[in-house]
Amino acid sequence: MTDQPLPTFAPGFDPGPSFFELLRRMAPDALPGANLPLAAPGSVPSAGPGPSTLSIPHGTTIVCLKYADGVIMAGDRRATEGYTIASRRMEKVSPCDHWSAMAISGAAGPGMEIVRLLQTELEHYEKVEGEPLSLEGKANKLAQMIRSNLPAAMQGMVVVPLFCGFDLRRGEGRLFKYDVTGGRYEEAEFATTGSGGVHARNWIKAGYRPGLARDEAVDLGLLALFQAADEDSATGGPDLVRRLFPTVAVVDRDGYVKLADDDVERRSTELLSSGRSPS
Amino acid sequence: MSMPFYVSPEQVMKDRADYARKGIARGRSLVALEYADGIALVAENPSGTLHKISEIYDRIGFAGVGKYNEFEMLKIAGIRHADVRGYSYSREDVTARALANGYAQTLGQVFTHEMKPYEVEILVAQVGEHEGEPNEMFHILYDGTVMDEHGFTVLGGQAEAISDQLKANYSDGLDAGAAVRLGVKSLGSPDHREIAADQLEVAVLDRNRPRRKFRRLDDDEVTALLAAG
Repeated sequence: MTDQPLPTFAPGFDPGPSFFELLRRMAPDALPGANLPLAAPGSVPSAGPGPSTLSIPHGTTIVCLKYADGVIMAGDRRATEGYTIASRRMEKVSPCDHWSAMAISGAAGPGMEIVRLLQTELEHYEKVEGEPLSLEGKANKLAQMIRSNLPAAMQGMVVVPLFCGFDLRRGEGRLFKYDVTGGRYEEAEFATTGSGGVHARNWIKAGYRPGLARDEAVDLGLLALFQAADEDSATGGPDLVRRLFPTVAVVDRDGYVKLADDDVERRSTELLSSGRSPS
Repeated sequence: MSMPFYVSPEQVMKDRADYARKGIARGRSLVALEYADGIALVAENPSGTLHKISEIYDRIGFAGVGKYNEFEMLKIAGIRHADVRGYSYSREDVTARALANGYAQTLGQVFTHEMKPYEVEILVAQVGEHEGEPNEMFHILYDGTVMDEHGFTVLGGQAEAISDQLKANYSDGLDAGAAVRLGVKSLGSPDHREIAADQLEVAVLDRNRPRRKFRRLDDDEVTALLAAG
């Protein structure tokens, strides 16, 4: 496949700085959604309310909100397969590059493929061109990838991510949500998605104001996730027995930072004993 | 029907090699040195945007001298090879050795089959992940010849003179500053020049960095390093 000599392309076929296009030419089978079994659209019930009948792991609730210096992104740790818990330790928030992050809800397999593809895409562009894509460019690239997953989405493998990052040209954090068709919507304050997203959204909405401090925003995100877990069976709450807590990442002018596990644990236990959260 | 003149294969190869060497000798040289924390790449390059030194993958850097469009094309081919391989297998399966072989094949084929050989010399450098894991430096010539280098290597037209200078002054375990200063001094040694920071392109593969070991030093950093010596 990639063996010697190195890949070269005739002028009209050169993939340019895009890894996605490169893969399409060199190894189309490696693209997410390749080799899908043919099924009539809608013949497999898609992810509506209630668990999908398709027996594949699904990721659930993720939240993203702006604060004074950037953006916070957080996700619970549960993946479900029908009514079964498929994983208690899933990490739904991932860095895309140094200044952006994404979180996935929906079908876990294709979702993680898209994360890996976008990470490679952004680094590939940066290395070929010598400078990174703009944040807007990154968000659009993700939209194209979601759109290319549409055939799979029609068969029940819906992937709905959130994307956020720090826009160095504008000097502010920005966040985007997507629909299954690759529709890209920029949000001004916060966004949530996944099965518990509606509940999380309401809690953020109640506690949100522009210009939150970093700590306040992190705590609001955690609170929203715990409240969502209280209402939605597919969202994982704080697991005090196994000491599992949500994944939280912050993107600001200095780049992507994932909060340390013990930091999130401390915040979570404080929140649980404060009387603001359920339990 | 006219008969073409007979030219012996030896003569054809020699002519091509001479042509390639002449092209390479027109440009400025480049040195790579191993130092305590990795590999330093130092090139004389008046342009701040057309790079001779680039990142290929996590631990792998690329450097080229000669004709810009040709080594730039090779650089992109290398990035494509590395990213597709890393995506289909895993990040640790991308190695400088496989990449150097790919380059050797490509350059060898072009040298024997095309009208005109590439007028380039390139370097594929890979830093060891941790202390004790050796670095790798593959120096590849216009005809596909691969040389496995240790300590330091010089690419370009004045390689011999610069190499002599390095041989006399290089030692193992230099720190980053000393390595860059030695590189810059050696580049200027054949015609006794002092090269200013804005005429230099400097990058390091630093094993202490998290995943992507490649880092380009800006003019201010280079100025500070040169002044420190």
